[in-house]
Amino acid sequence: MTSHPTVVLVDDHALFRSGVRTEIEGADDAGARATVVGEAGDVDEAVRLILDREPDVVLLDVHMPGGGGAEILRRVHETRPGQRFLALSVSDEPEDVIRLIRAGARGYVTKTISGDELTAAIHTVHAGDAVFSPRLAGFVLDAFAGRSSGEITVTADPELDQLTDREREVLRLIARGYMYKEIARRLTISPKTVEHHVSAVLRKLQLSNRHELTRWATERRLVD
Amino acid sequence: MNPVPARITATLAVLVAAALVLAERQGTAPLQPLLGALTGVLVIAAAIARAGICRDRRNLRLALRDGRSTAPAAPVAGSRTVAGTVLILGGVIVALLTLQASLGISFWALLLLGAGGMVLWSQTSEAARTGAGGAPSGWQRLLGRRADHPNGAADRMIVASGIGLVVLGALVALSSLGALDATRTSVLQLIVALAAVLVVVAPFWLRLSRRAARERAERIRGDERAEVAAHLHDSVLQTLALIQRRGDDPREVAALARRQERELRLWLSGRSERPDVELMAALRAAAAAVEIEQAVEIEVVTSGEWPLDDRAAALLGAAREAMANAARHGGVDRVAVFAEVADGRIEVFVRDRGGGFDLDAVPTDRRGVRESIVGRMRRAGGHATISSSPGSGTEVELSLEIRS
Repeated sequence: MTSHPTVVLVDDHALFRSGVRTEIEGADDAGARATVVGEAGDVDEAVRLILDREPDVVLLDVHMPGGGGAEILRRVHETRPGQRFLALSVSDEPEDVIRLIRAGARGYVTKTISGDELTAAIHTVHAGDAVFSPRLAGFVLDAFAGRSSGEITVTADPELDQLTDREREVLRLIARGYMYKEIARRLTISPKTVEHHVSAVLRKLQLSNRHELTRWATERRLVD
Repeated sequence: MNPVPARITATLAVLVAAALVLAERQGTAPLQPLLGALTGVLVIAAAIARAGICRDRRNLRLALRDGRSTAPAAPVAGSRTVAGTVLILGGVIVALLTLQASLGISFWALLLLGAGGMVLWSQTSEAARTGAGGAPSGWQRLLGRRADHPNGAADRMIVASGIGLVVLGALVALSSLGALDATRTSVLQLIVALAAVLVVVAPFWLRLSRRAARERAERIRGDERAEVAAHLHDSVLQTLALIQRRGDDPREVAALARRQERELRLWLSGRSERPDVELMAALRAAAAAVEIEQAVEIEVVTSGEWPLDDRAAALLGAAREAMANAARHGGVDRVAVFAEVADGRIEVFVRDRGGGFDLDAVPTDRRGVRESIVGRMRRAGGHATISSSPGSGTEVELSLEIRS
């Protein structure tokens, strides 16, 4: 596995793209750098570029005209199912975040994160692991507690619908701001096991279905 | 609308209907039509008053949901409206019975006609009152329609059922009058005539209604745009102007931008935060305040929500102190807060990645503050744990048992 992942940037905000490019190509730690092999500003261009350049990681903005990041994910995965995506977003709305994870993104970061954190996230996704910000962990805890304001429908598989106690513990530690290494130390398990739990949660999020609750429940609470 | 008129008119309706029955028994014929008409008017008035109560109740619910704290002009009591409904129903039944007695039309026919009419009336008046985004009426809730997903199919079903009731009522009325066979031909002629009229009138009517809908959509869009413009003017433009002026202080600029971003994001999401009533919203507000006071970045992640009762308020106070502490003594730019309601507990974690400190060798001023956090939680019936070590920062853990 190369230590310099190749990256394609997809964002309709050109100024933002150039800023990110500078950050990840010019990271202080040479080992942390990544190579940007392409930039795209709309859905069609992005799909074409990704299938052509075959990057290690695609940095993908959630809100793009023409269907958004989810559309790009869908189209690329039809041809290149192993392509890894890291979602980037201004929005902090649970629906947007979870929608993209369910569409296949391996993680989610907000646009306000530092350059260091961004390069670290790119490397994490490149290594095949999931990037879980504290905020995403909070959303996931909410979603599986039935409190998500997003749209998730029903399935019969109870295993997928629930988090195991261990998984919930790991998520809560992530939400509290712990790094994977720190979590491993605290739970006396190996960092690999932590990553394994996180990936399992990601898979559940992608495959699970649960009732749409919050809006309706709010009305009921008011009405009953 | 005051609920009192509803009761009074309903009572009067019942009295008048009773008088009508008596009058009929005694055979004072000329009085009947008059009394019948009076009953009808009073029943309608009572129904209107009841509809007014329904509307007020719904407005009250909407106001609560949107977080508006202004009390409604006339407090509405549930029991009074139930009594009013019973009286109105009683009045209606008596009125229909007397109409049956005096006109010979079947009671059921009149009931069907009345029910169909009421359904159609409620449908049109509901649509006129609430427009696209209103809360659903009882009928619509019954059919599973939710406020922000206007369900055309449900509305059409209601209208169709209303029309069906009316037609059924008319048929029953005609048959009870024994006029069905004789009037079949004339009824068919009537239907043909009506159909012809409909064909002529329909396009005009469609065009009118479409134009009305379009104009209303335009007006709504215009209102929304004005609202967005006003909001942006008051908030974002001000912040951008401030940023331009303070360009030489990057920390202040970052803080300003962060605050404005958070506020705009919240506004865009359409959620209403109630920091005086909800714990998590209050936590976010407290974090925002500490951010400004201490010039740090506090990221708050929450899961669940809880009402801000006394114990939760104590938890909030302790959390706020912990945040301010982390900002002051942590020597860091960032503090991470996680709050969760789960497993019968509220837990709040305040973490910084600062220098940390040796818990035993704590200087007296900090010890006092620490005692304050621990003591506050203990008095509220919860507890606080502070863990810290040089190098890995400090974490304050606050927990409160709750009965779920």
